[in-house]
Amino acid sequence: MKTRRCAMLKIFGILAVLALVLGFSLPESALAQAKLKVGIIHIGSMTDGGYNQAHAEGIAVMKKNLPEVEVIEVENVPETADSERVMESMIKQGAKLIVAASFGYLDPALRVAKKYPDVKFVHPAGYKRAPNLTTYWASTPEAFYLMGIAAGKTTKTNKMGFVCALPVSFFLANVNALHLGARSVNPKVETRIVFTGTFLDPGKEATATNALLDQGCDVVGMIVDSPITVVQTAEKRGAYSVGYHYLGVQKFAPKGWISGVAFTWGGLYTRFAKQVMDGTWKSENILGSLASDMITLAPFGAAVPAEAIKMVSDTKKSFLDGKKEVFAGPIKDNKGAERVKAGEHWSMDNLGKMDWLAEGIIGQTK
Amino acid sequence: MIEPILTGLLVGSIHSGTPLLYATLSEVMSERAGIVNLGLEGIMLMGAVVGFATTALTGNAGLGVLAAALAGGLFNLFFGFLVITRRANQLASGLAMMFCGVGLSALLGVSFVGSKIKGLDEIRIPYLSDLPFAGPMFFNYDILVYLAGPIAVLIWWMLFSTRWGLTLRAVGENPSAAFAAGKNPYFVQYQALFIAGMLGGMAGAHLSIALAKTWQEWMTAGRGFIAVALVIFSKWHPLRAVFGSLLFGGAIALQLQMQAWGVPISPFLLDMLPYLLSLGVLAVWGGARRFEAPGSLGRVFQGTE
Repeated sequence: MKTRRCAMLKIFGILAVLALVLGFSLPESALAQAKLKVGIIHIGSMTDGGYNQAHAEGIAVMKKNLPEVEVIEVENVPETADSERVMESMIKQGAKLIVAASFGYLDPALRVAKKYPDVKFVHPAGYKRAPNLTTYWASTPEAFYLMGIAAGKTTKTNKMGFVCALPVSFFLANVNALHLGARSVNPKVETRIVFTGTFLDPGKEATATNALLDQGCDVVGMIVDSPITVVQTAEKRGAYSVGYHYLGVQKFAPKGWISGVAFTWGGLYTRFAKQVMDGTWKSENILGSLASDMITLAPFGAAVPAEAIKMVSDTKKSFLDGKKEVFAGPIKDNKGAERVKAGEHWSMDNLGKMDWLAEGIIGQTK
Repeated sequence: MIEPILTGLLVGSIHSGTPLLYATLSEVMSERAGIVNLGLEGIMLMGAVVGFATTALTGNAGLGVLAAALAGGLFNLFFGFLVITRRANQLASGLAMMFCGVGLSALLGVSFVGSKIKGLDEIRIPYLSDLPFAGPMFFNYDILVYLAGPIAVLIWWMLFSTRWGLTLRAVGENPSAAFAAGKNPYFVQYQALFIAGMLGGMAGAHLSIALAKTWQEWMTAGRGFIAVALVIFSKWHPLRAVFGSLLFGGAIALQLQMQAWGVPISPFLLDMLPYLLSLGVLAVWGGARRFEAPGSLGRVFQGTE
């Protein structure tokens, strides 16, 4: 018995080593003469209809714009030391630009960046930088405010619901923006928020959406990795939905689709690649906005009234002209405390400190 | 006012409890035959992905459920080969099967992430689903929900009222004695694992083609392990498993519903509710009664040579 178990262990060990070797030594010769090799690691699946697909499509656009660039793309990389090994393997294959496309890759990417100073790294939403690591993100509250206008004009019960992974300040800012946008055209709107505690649990997301619909909400928004479950569950029960992350979610809600906030990274990734090729790349913190090409509003669904679409485009113009602020005072939180005084506004640079929900939102942040 | 709240809560509990029930029944079946299966999570994922893929390809959700059950059964037979024929350690093999299932399902599912399917729809029972109050509460579910209770009863009957069940339990208690009585423990355990695999596959299928109607890598999110715990909670009894899964599913639904109602309690605390509730119930029920695990659970039957 004992010897057999030892033999089994050996076999398992050999298999594990084989798997590692096979997994991390991709053929190099095929990629030999590219001008630039870009490596990108994704936390989930590139076709999730959400966060990861948005990044994957960005890379696809870059490749189309710059056919001379080679791409090494790996999905489902956990945010552990594994990600460091994958990044290093990409560098050994000649990658000079690494896109570490998930929040949790920040520390691994910083460690690898220190080891390979001549390789450039870019990281979405990172809060730390290095001489060869740029952080980038696009601020979404303006776009969510616009979605709120459309939703506030579309809702019939005057109740919106929101399924959110965690009460993180940037997410709360988006929920506040959506709610304030809706209230700007429909003061009767109330918003209920449910936190699922995880970015990926479709079963729980469906149950959370149902709970909101049970309370009479007829518009749902979401911040989870894949919007598909929430959008589909709402559609099935005849409710409307506001999408997030990726443009193509509309097919899951032919009737109830309002619109969505989507990230379009193609332009930015093309600029990164060009900068690395001509040597002008530098470490910076890029924060895109509605005015940039990083945020796109999805096409409106059939349910949205024409009047609302006009209001959205007017307000969008005021945002772009700098005539309007999303978080313009006076704003009270849902416990009655004044958070923004009349005549002032909450700056977009300060979103990380937004730990409250606006008046009219039913939910707890901590 | 009270009616929609009760309805929402009950429907939510049944929806989140159903995959747990199938998974718990799966584990009850294999543990009654003496085999701890920590690979349940992997089986559920295989069922989820094969069920979703079949539904996406054929457009027939019923076929998807069948395919999921078959995939789960076959996948579990491989586990059986390891722990029955090869006599490998059950815990280690189970964990290996779990990771294998996670990886294999992700691989098989790559091209199906983001696919749109029709899925299993609710079956409205004529007249009954129009009843006030009870209609939306009890008579508006998909077929896997309607079948879950009867399947639990069927398994209870098979285990406790048939000769086959007696043999199976004898193998779980003392395989040598069963062998001496002229039974083939290996064959019985293979049968148990195949049925358990089918149930595990159906658990996954309920998630991917009825509840969420989507395929995502590792979408079971730990339900396979919760089910292993629920088996102990329900003391290896299929009918108590119904109660256990409803209670746990109910706690998940309750905490989400409470947030939607606007109950002023921290969402972090509410997220712990299912686990706190389990701890509470175990503390109240726990020690006093006899520990009822099958006698040879987890032990490898070495044959009688």
